[in-house]
Amino acid sequence: MSGPAEYYQRDRERHPPAYTRDYKTSVARSPSKALISLQQSVSEVTGPVFGHNDIDPIDNDLIHNYAKPGESPIGERIIVHGRVLDENGRPVPNTLVEAWQANAGGRYRHKKDTYLAPIDPNFGGCGRTLTDENGYYFFRTVKPGAYPWRNWVNNWRPAHIHMSVFGTSFSQRLITQCYFEGDPLIAQCPIVKTIPSQDAIDSLIAALDMNATVPLDSIAYKFDIVLRGRRSTLFENRLEGN
Amino acid sequence: MVQRLDYLKETPSQTAGPYVHIGLAPGAAGFDIYRQELGWDIAGPNAKGERIRVEGVVIDGTGNPVKDVLIEAWQANAAGIYAHPEGGGEVEDGFRGWGRVITDFETGEWGFDTVKPGPVRARRKLGSGPLHPPAHANDDWQGRADEAHHDMAPHINLWIVARGINIGLNTRMYFEDEGAANATDPVLNLIEWESRRPTLIAKQAGMRDGVQVYRFDIRLQGEGETVFFDI
Ligand SMILES: [Fe+3]
Repeated sequence: MSGPAEYYQRDRERHPPAYTRDYKTSVARSPSKALISLQQSVSEVTGPVFGHNDIDPIDNDLIHNYAKPGESPIGERIIVHGRVLDENGRPVPNTLVEAWQANAGGRYRHKKDTYLAPIDPNFGGCGRTLTDENGYYFFRTVKPGAYPWRNWVNNWRPAHIHMSVFGTSFSQRLITQCYFEGDPLIAQCPIVKTIPSQDAIDSLIAALDMNATVPLDSIAYKFDIVLRGRRSTLFENRLEGN
Repeated sequence: MVQRLDYLKETPSQTAGPYVHIGLAPGAAGFDIYRQELGWDIAGPNAKGERIRVEGVVIDGTGNPVKDVLIEAWQANAAGIYAHPEGGGEVEDGFRGWGRVITDFETGEWGFDTVKPGPVRARRKLGSGPLHPPAHANDDWQGRADEAHHDMAPHINLWIVARGINIGLNTRMYFEDEGAANATDPVLNLIEWESRRPTLIAKQAGMRDGVQVYRFDIRLQGEGETVFFDI
């Protein structure tokens, strides 16, 4: 049997620190005191459980989940697909993945977004899905456009899809962003550059995946997501000769 | 050179950005897309225990409210059980124990309705138990009756994301009227600086429509900075 165990500690040197001068909004929103490290209790190793009655099958199809019947959004049709794995390399099945993005012109359907690119009447810009038993998920959507944002006078976000993932415990909760192979704006973005290492940045860049394209229909990108892994109870089990 | 360990590395976090509502609370972004949004009903209709409301504001390092924050709550039911296979038992039908709220775009105020959680079993003290497989998968967390250890005081786990927050902030909210339980809570007692412990304790803010309201303001930085945890 496998007993309960903690999740591996988060590698805070791979994540962006709270305070990142060149992403200006972080300056006043970053705790200045050290985080208090907590050995995990039941409060941290548990987390919400979702099922197929929480969501609908169309929720992961951003081309159709908001469009008028018979219509679809403007833009390059893409599939974003991959697996949610843990640090042990095991798939994380049945976990909720939520995604949101700008439309092909770089405009969000949000009452606070005032960018001059137009709203697409057939594009909502959000989707959600549960991973299957192999940890696999996919979304169909249009490729988001780059957009300008106020940081320095002239900053542009690379094309990106925001992704939210749960895993099996509240300690695995994660929000990240998926970028696209070949985008020259990635290397310039102050939000991307909050991440301290190139290796970690590379892990957020989805690869063009020709094998997963649908010929004459949609191009595909592969984006795997890795959540914290969990200790096994090796010693507890072995010492008693189990 | 040595052999390579074949672990994967956790995907790095990125800010939820200013438009987090589109993905996680599209109604607040201004449109209707899903059959149902997730996270607005934490306790469900059948939960036992005291109905409460929790309200607050998130304040940044300049002293101003943060108006585009999203908070998720994770809590046990009134019996101290989490709605999870390792949560310690069964919960009421419809009790999820998880919710998400966003702040008002004008004022930065947030609030949610739930039930007051019960005390939760603490982790076993190091070395207090034998190194063998527990009888149930939950024993390490749920403890055993004959073991001397304290429960954790009633608390709600919170996770805070927003534009400018590069990685979600974890904290816990305890209750002012649980003084005795708070005094022995192992997590509160882990905080070396006693003056910082009150940053995790919600204050009673009167009754409204027969429901106890608790006030829990979160300070991201500076004077009275809320304690955040690396869980
Ligand atoms: Fe964005």
